[in-house]
Amino acid sequence: MFKKSLLLGISLSVALISGAALAQDPVSIVYIPKNTGNPYFDSLVAGFEDACKELNCEFTMAAPATAEATSQIPFITAQTQRGVDVIAISPNSPDAMNQVLDRARSRGILVLAVNGDLVDNYEHRDAAILPVDFTKTGPGQVELVGSMIGYKGEIAVLSATTDAPDQNTWIAAMVDSLKTNPKYKDMNLVATVYGDDEPQKSTTEAEALLQTYPDLKGIISPTTVGVAAAAQVIQSAGKADEVKLTGLGTPNQMRPFIKDGTVEAVQLWSPYNEGLLAAYFAVGVKNGTIKNEVGATFEVPELGTITIGEHNVMNTQAELTTFNADNIDDFDF
Amino acid sequence: MSLITKFLSTLLHRREAGIAVMIVLLALVVGAIQPRFLTLETLRIIALAIPLILIAAMGQMMVLVARHVDLSIGSILAFSSIIAGIMFRDLPDVPIIISIVAAIACGGALGFANGVIVTLFRLPSIIVTLGTLSLYRGLVFLVSGARQVDPQYIPRSLIEMSQTSPIFGIPWIVILAFVIALLTYFFLDHVRLGRQIYALGSNPVAAPLRGIKVVPLTILVFTMSGALAGLTGIIYASRFGYVNPGITGVGFEFTVIAAVVIGGVSINGGVGTVLGTVLGVILLGMVNVALPLLGVSAFWQDVIYGAVIVIALLIDKSVRDRSARALAAARSAA
Amino acid sequence: MTMQTETAKPTRDSADARPMWQVVLVRPEVMTFALLVGAFIIASNLSPFFSDAQFILESSTYYVEYSIIALVLTLVIISGEIDLSPAAMMALSACVFAALYQAGLPIGLAMIASLATGVLMGLFNGILVVVFKLPSIIVTIGTLTLYRGLAQVLAGDRSIGKFPQWFNGIDYRLILDVPVPVIVFVIISVALAAILGTTVIGRQIYQVGTSEIASIHAGIRVRRIKLGLFVAMGVASSIGGLLTASRLASVRYDMATGGELQMVLMVMLGGTYIFGGRGSILGTFLASWLLVIIATGMTVANIAITAQLIVMGALLIISIIATNAIYARTQR
Repeated sequence: MFKKSLLLGISLSVALISGAALAQDPVSIVYIPKNTGNPYFDSLVAGFEDACKELNCEFTMAAPATAEATSQIPFITAQTQRGVDVIAISPNSPDAMNQVLDRARSRGILVLAVNGDLVDNYEHRDAAILPVDFTKTGPGQVELVGSMIGYKGEIAVLSATTDAPDQNTWIAAMVDSLKTNPKYKDMNLVATVYGDDEPQKSTTEAEALLQTYPDLKGIISPTTVGVAAAAQVIQSAGKADEVKLTGLGTPNQMRPFIKDGTVEAVQLWSPYNEGLLAAYFAVGVKNGTIKNEVGATFEVPELGTITIGEHNVMNTQAELTTFNADNIDDFDF
Repeated sequence: MSLITKFLSTLLHRREAGIAVMIVLLALVVGAIQPRFLTLETLRIIALAIPLILIAAMGQMMVLVARHVDLSIGSILAFSSIIAGIMFRDLPDVPIIISIVAAIACGGALGFANGVIVTLFRLPSIIVTLGTLSLYRGLVFLVSGARQVDPQYIPRSLIEMSQTSPIFGIPWIVILAFVIALLTYFFLDHVRLGRQIYALGSNPVAAPLRGIKVVPLTILVFTMSGALAGLTGIIYASRFGYVNPGITGVGFEFTVIAAVVIGGVSINGGVGTVLGTVLGVILLGMVNVALPLLGVSAFWQDVIYGAVIVIALLIDKSVRDRSARALAAARSAA
Repeated sequence: MTMQTETAKPTRDSADARPMWQVVLVRPEVMTFALLVGAFIIASNLSPFFSDAQFILESSTYYVEYSIIALVLTLVIISGEIDLSPAAMMALSACVFAALYQAGLPIGLAMIASLATGVLMGLFNGILVVVFKLPSIIVTIGTLTLYRGLAQVLAGDRSIGKFPQWFNGIDYRLILDVPVPVIVFVIISVALAAILGTTVIGRQIYQVGTSEIASIHAGIRVRRIKLGLFVAMGVASSIGGLLTASRLASVRYDMATGGELQMVLMVMLGGTYIFGGRGSILGTFLASWLLVIIATGMTVANIAITAQLIVMGALLIISIIATNAIYARTQR
């Protein structure tokens, strides 16, 4: 009993002190990834954690079980209730969370979309941190697969879900550069199929591609689940020499395939840097050292000068990073 | 009636014959639209799609025959798979076979727990396993720390089991699946304990009167289902090359139940054959492979699964009604 | 059961009259209520941010759609059947609503079409169970896959939104500080409790669940009652789907995925007997709040979702074991 009242007294005085010295109150950041158990986000979280060690902010992660559209909503409400300063979220839906996020923002919480944006609902978050300028992803992938197949022959795309907004932006850009760039005039996109980001469906779709298009020379899979499944299929079928695969994949997921030659190279960015940038930006805005307006710039160690672009979007890197046999062991995520 | 026509008519009236005819028809129709369907390569793809469902289906079939159902196999699969993956990653010096055995044992233990709860408290298995479906998934996250086991940790030799074998290059997992099916057949048809499962399922009230130890037998059935789901977890790791705690085996129970019910196993217990289940799995595997080849959206897959379960139930019902009427007619004639 | 010493020595023919306190207290609803109080105390201790009525009410809107359906499910389970397809029915009826609205139908008509879809789906389940005499548990596993699949075929995986402003955000409309969906839930609870407790139909539902054969002999229209209950499930699911669509201001095929587990959990936690014949709306009502408090309390205390999955699964099993034990005891 005594212990309890002592604790209460301490926490009360702590509350009083922190109330008085508001400026020294560490900024509290919570990050809500798409779902739990997704290795991609582990590395993003590490970025947040390291930045918060540096900046002395309080960081927590709260992840729902599934990546279903509504699963993040109770988490946003609970964090709003906890009174955190910043909610960073990798949204599972571009529109289902508008109202809850507005509620959080009306309480003075800074809402950041990280790694994916609320496309066409920009007014419901304060800023977005994206890895690269997404208009460059599509052409970058076409160039990579082109260089592998000598810019000649049939290629196909194995995507995530039919309405995945990021993937669809990239695929549209791929189609566009195949059409307009004379360098790619001998390359022919024969099919776009969808594996729903499920290992099993992605595998079946990849197998069907090899079956249906016997002259297929290249596959682009701009999703981490798809590219891993396609690599496994090509390895099993022993077709690494005939069909060249590339896509967006994490080094840990693709390491065995790149080492044994099934896949020459894949691309991605650093999710770690997204966490880093998000934390620096959040703390800066909360402390008043960074102005969240289009055109403003600020410095982040290791990332250099960051400029806030249209729709308050920031990118961590200019170009995609390419992982191949020479450099893949330098990365661990 | 000559013996031959009698034989033919029994054959035609058997459920297995119906499924076999459907398999042939499906192959012809799909082949007519997309000739590439009728190639050896497709056969390889279908063969690879089967083991995952087939092994778990053997367990689920026994559970259904015993007049129960096991909805937790997807989570058990994930649990065994992640245990094996963690052992591969953290204990690289331990022989692979030990990890595999451990994974199967874990599956068996979870199945055992299902069986104990169902029998000890006399609860409907469907509700119990609905609960353990969530509970076991939570355990998967717990033991893995919600972290995926990456491809680099899955042993090469395990991956190769999904690719080839010295026997005509038929992948090991395919051979394994059919060996499991044969063993199940032998167990259910030639071992007393196996035959008792049918007796238990067709009349649970009378079973104890015939000297069947209902509680241990039911627990055994659930344990076998769990162990087979555990083995399926190994096949999963072998085929897909990594284990993710969140997506591995989610919704798998519906695929397996669909396959088993198509195969003519009755949800009222007591009825079902290994051959029928194998054919049901093959039919479902063919549908899975045919859809993308025909360019049909994967969205239709669930519709087809659901429709197939409902239709199979209706067929099953009409068969049972007809045989009941035939039985009644035979009785009144005598 | 040490109470025997206090009462007169029973004869062989008559069983002990149970003492009054047992009749009142040894009931599943009491267990639910005790758990509710316990959960509230634990949650308040876990996080200082928890005990705030406005916050709990706001959080309850995320579960109240399930709670409404669970009320009807209670009747279905009392009648001796089960329906595992409501979450999928929510998704399909909401997708029908959104797709029709997007295709240019006036929003009122789209809502009616959604309710009609609910009726049709419930009717389909009911016919398979009542006319074809198939076990509802497996039938609705089949139709759950089927309905969810149809929703996916209809809507793809894009989210459909852009509803008129008045339709959106029903969970933020407050009457006396209480969100509208919660009020809907309370009204339906009272209405169903009245039907179940005071009307002939209510008593017949219990009888059907206790003994179907006896009910038929007693002249109860068993088939009609069961069919009606399945249709009611469809309608309730459709209402749940529309409420969700309003709350999210958008619809996607994966709405309420896995929600059937939560709904069954609410009914079981409320002490309804899984084999039919016993149970109450009060129990389900209390259990709904219990779930809200558990889920909200764990989320606001930043407890990992892992623990939440384990607690939910374990609760389901423990609650049926406890309910079974209580009924077995009172039956003697």
